[in-house]
Amino acid sequence: MTAQTLYDKLWSSHVVREEDDGTVLLYIDRHLVHEVTSPQAFEGLKLANRPLWRKDSIVSTADHNTPTDHWDEGIKDPISRQQVETLDANIKAFGALAYFPFKDHGQGIVHVMGPEQGATLPGMTVVCGDSHTSTHGAFGALAHGIGTSEVEHVMATQCLVAKKSKNMLVRVDGKLAEGITAKDVALAIIGKIGTAGGTGYAIEFGGEAIRGLTMEGRMTLCNMAIEAGARSGLVAVDDKTIDYVKGRPFAPTASQWDAAVAYWNTLHSDDGAAFDKVVELDGAAITPQVTWGTSPEMVVSVTDRVPDPEAQADPVKREGMKRALAYMGLEANTPIEQIPVDIVFIGSCTNSRIEDLREAAAVVRGRQKAASVKQVLVVPGSGLVKTEAEREGLDKIFVAAGFEWREPGCSMCLAMNADRLLPGERCASTSNRNFEGRQGQGGRTHLVSPAMAAAAAIAGHFVDVRHF
Amino acid sequence: MNGLVCPLDRANVDTDAIIPKQFLKSIKRSGFGPNLFDEWRYLDHGEPGMDNSVRPINPDFVLNFPRYQGAEVLLARENFGCGSSREHAPWALEDQGFRAVIAPSFADIFFNNCYKNGLLPIVLPAEAVDQLFRETEASEGYQLSIDLAAQTVTTPSGQSFGFDITAHRKHCLLNGLDEIGLTLAHADEIKAFEAQRRASQPWLFA
Repeated sequence: MTAQTLYDKLWSSHVVREEDDGTVLLYIDRHLVHEVTSPQAFEGLKLANRPLWRKDSIVSTADHNTPTDHWDEGIKDPISRQQVETLDANIKAFGALAYFPFKDHGQGIVHVMGPEQGATLPGMTVVCGDSHTSTHGAFGALAHGIGTSEVEHVMATQCLVAKKSKNMLVRVDGKLAEGITAKDVALAIIGKIGTAGGTGYAIEFGGEAIRGLTMEGRMTLCNMAIEAGARSGLVAVDDKTIDYVKGRPFAPTASQWDAAVAYWNTLHSDDGAAFDKVVELDGAAITPQVTWGTSPEMVVSVTDRVPDPEAQADPVKREGMKRALAYMGLEANTPIEQIPVDIVFIGSCTNSRIEDLREAAAVVRGRQKAASVKQVLVVPGSGLVKTEAEREGLDKIFVAAGFEWREPGCSMCLAMNADRLLPGERCASTSNRNFEGRQGQGGRTHLVSPAMAAAAAIAGHFVDVRHF
Repeated sequence: MNGLVCPLDRANVDTDAIIPKQFLKSIKRSGFGPNLFDEWRYLDHGEPGMDNSVRPINPDFVLNFPRYQGAEVLLARENFGCGSSREHAPWALEDQGFRAVIAPSFADIFFNNCYKNGLLPIVLPAEAVDQLFRETEASEGYQLSIDLAAQTVTTPSGQSFGFDITAHRKHCLLNGLDEIGLTLAHADEIKAFEAQRRASQPWLFA
């Protein structure tokens, strides 16, 4: 038998039928549903009088619109409230395997909630009307974001109409240095291949540095695959994957566990499997990363300076850099460590899990937020993460430092709720996108790891967390 | 179709720029056109429910130039539509009156979402796109003729560029087919696949 990549295996095991032009019906095992991209899909089902094909494939929560403080007051924004209530009503009418509504203890960012509930399992196809669905590829699952028409299509048929992507291997060998996290690896990869570098590919992350990452680190990495243009990121199954899944609410139990593990252990690329593209990075050389512009590929090491557009030969790229610097209010050649921050955001589906909060707390312990920093938000990824952090006393460390400890949700990553930057405010953010206006119109975002964000909050400007 | 071309000369235009998040709170599928490129198009901050006709427009943004009013073809640069999976992005473009977007490359999810809404994303080589930018900017009223059946984009001087599209997508676009209905025609195959899966991996059917 020909050697197959992990992606090949996941793809071929879900093909229901294939047309002559390569278009396939791909079977979907898990459908994660949130309030923003589902209302029009449910509406479409109602209009066509179509039922859900398989309601036990659906796991749902409300995350994008939910406030992160004053939960006792409910959702004040009437349009946000209507969207969340619409999800409540739709799940009630159509059904689901599980629903974690606003204020439920299991509620959280959909890409944090799925894995922690064991609703994401190796070998699954996982879709969600959200581009960061790539997160779930950390489990050796084929996971990607879809649009609302496709949400409706999966609800009605349990399938997607899809074409196979190409295979890319990003191999990161070597050991990561102390203080270097999965976020730095992700940003370094995007810096190398660009935000469109993975377009048309499914990216498998491999190599010693990736094997060394925890499951939460692998989720952070796969989460950012979409920022490199790849709809899906993948990491092969190993003991860490299986240990993480074991005992979670929707994980297989006694009688089926051994059979599941035996199958999951086949979920890796075979020796000699062919990749259309291979990219290699030296993990030991990766430094703390900080974005300086309005695209995740505009990234440098914290020890570097803001790049100079005049050094860029390509005119389209040069114009893009100039526009980014103007938006960001930065001068070329400014040392990154001299850039002051106004706001710090620790959260999002990229970096709001318990290890992220521990990492940030380890930097903060016994220190104080800089007086020049207006606000530091710490937003846990789910109710379960929040409870665990409080059990470990992390909330007290943050509050003692002058940070705000909030309720779970997407929050300032995309600023659909009340948490947002004001025009001109500069933010060190552990989220995934530094696009213009992403965290609030006119807001300026620098993407960093949780430790780097915490250090910036203490120092008032970016600092190299390795020497902090 | 024959349509007026509007050139948007920047790379990596993301879906947050195409339709900012505050408009995603709508539970409808229509009405996003006036908020297309909201932060670039207006000088004030937009929120759902505002009367967009009285907002101050940004005269420097290309979509507001008098010569591009009524444009049906958006000419763009590489990696158009990157970022979020929001289908509100093609909904906004379509609602604004665009029927095709031409670029050297698109982000995958956006590209896919376009087809679900009768908006045709066309990939042309970077040199061809460069040429179209030059011609559009040089000549007011510049139109392109797009023939989906023949898979060509033709300039006013008669120069044609071919583009690729899968047979499935072309068939659906040309015939305006209900894709869910098409898939449900294979319901028996889906059920058979599912039954086999239920037997071999029962833990997926908790």
